[in-house]
Amino acid sequence: MNPESNQSALRLSLPVLFGYIPLGAAFGVMFSELGYHWLYATLMGLVIYAGAGQFLAVGLLANHAGLIEVFVATLLLNARHMVYGLSLLSSLKLRGSRRWYLIYALTDETYSLLTMLSASCDKLRSRLQFRIAVLNHLYWVIGCSLGAWVGGQIEFSTAGIEFTLPALFLVLAIEQYRAMRRPRVFALAFLIGVVALMISPDNMLMLSIAMAVSLLIMARGGVEWTRLRIF
Amino acid sequence: MDSTAYLLSVVAVAAVATFLTRALPFLLLYRWAEHPMLKHLGRYLPPVLMVLLLMYALKDALVTGVELLPSLVSLVIVGILHLLFRNPLISILSGTGLFMFLTQSGVLM
Repeated sequence: MNPESNQSALRLSLPVLFGYIPLGAAFGVMFSELGYHWLYATLMGLVIYAGAGQFLAVGLLANHAGLIEVFVATLLLNARHMVYGLSLLSSLKLRGSRRWYLIYALTDETYSLLTMLSASCDKLRSRLQFRIAVLNHLYWVIGCSLGAWVGGQIEFSTAGIEFTLPALFLVLAIEQYRAMRRPRVFALAFLIGVVALMISPDNMLMLSIAMAVSLLIMARGGVEWTRLRIF
Repeated sequence: MDSTAYLLSVVAVAAVATFLTRALPFLLLYRWAEHPMLKHLGRYLPPVLMVLLLMYALKDALVTGVELLPSLVSLVIVGILHLLFRNPLISILSGTGLFMFLTQSGVLM
């Protein structure tokens, strides 16, 4: 154990602590509305470990969504993580189980902390990377558990807490708009959503995702897929 | 399927899907990432998906009209706060607090 790197991992991860405890707790309170034991919120924080993904999971659970819908929606919601992985390929020198743990624990916040680490020494950096990932994971699990536990105890009504979900997606949409600034893409998405809602509110998510993917492929010309070789 | 078995299967599926998105670049390396069609989808799918998820999360209000007004008012506040402070926590928690107040107190209903 190296107390110096422990201390700096702790210091570097402090902003994430202040973000993860309240956000995890918001998830926990929302989860407690479903009526399950609070320990399942701990489990979700531990094994899913994705902010937006877990909020979506609560929405899907409440709607009794099918497992295929859960898979596709979670995969696409988290598709942005793929970009993170690509940009970390060269700076991730950890090997074995620690490497896989770090990939597993690569949330938005962990990623942004890892990109800030300077490359003074590979060994020290690897140790810091791993400790930051563990600490952030710990903060998140504590937040989720606390929220679900408190949500099950408190007297005041938590009705309406599920609004966290649309609020989160609006914030993510605004961030996407800032990065892209193409109103037409957003208008098209809105239209697809309206059409899917009119056809079948129960299957709205799968239907609209299928329409969006096909439209995007058609807009680009399906021919390009033939260039995609697996091996 | 009983409700605990359903919950555990949803958790398992969501965990696998999340891990896949984080592990795929490391498994496939650059082989697919540079493909123009994947780059195209990778660029446009996230914003489209956020709008669709927003609508999915508001599905009941949009279809039935129940709690539609408090939802829209709270969303406008979330948007304004986020444009002003760009702090997701402030935007999300204030908007949720406002929505809980509006629906529980029955103002705007």
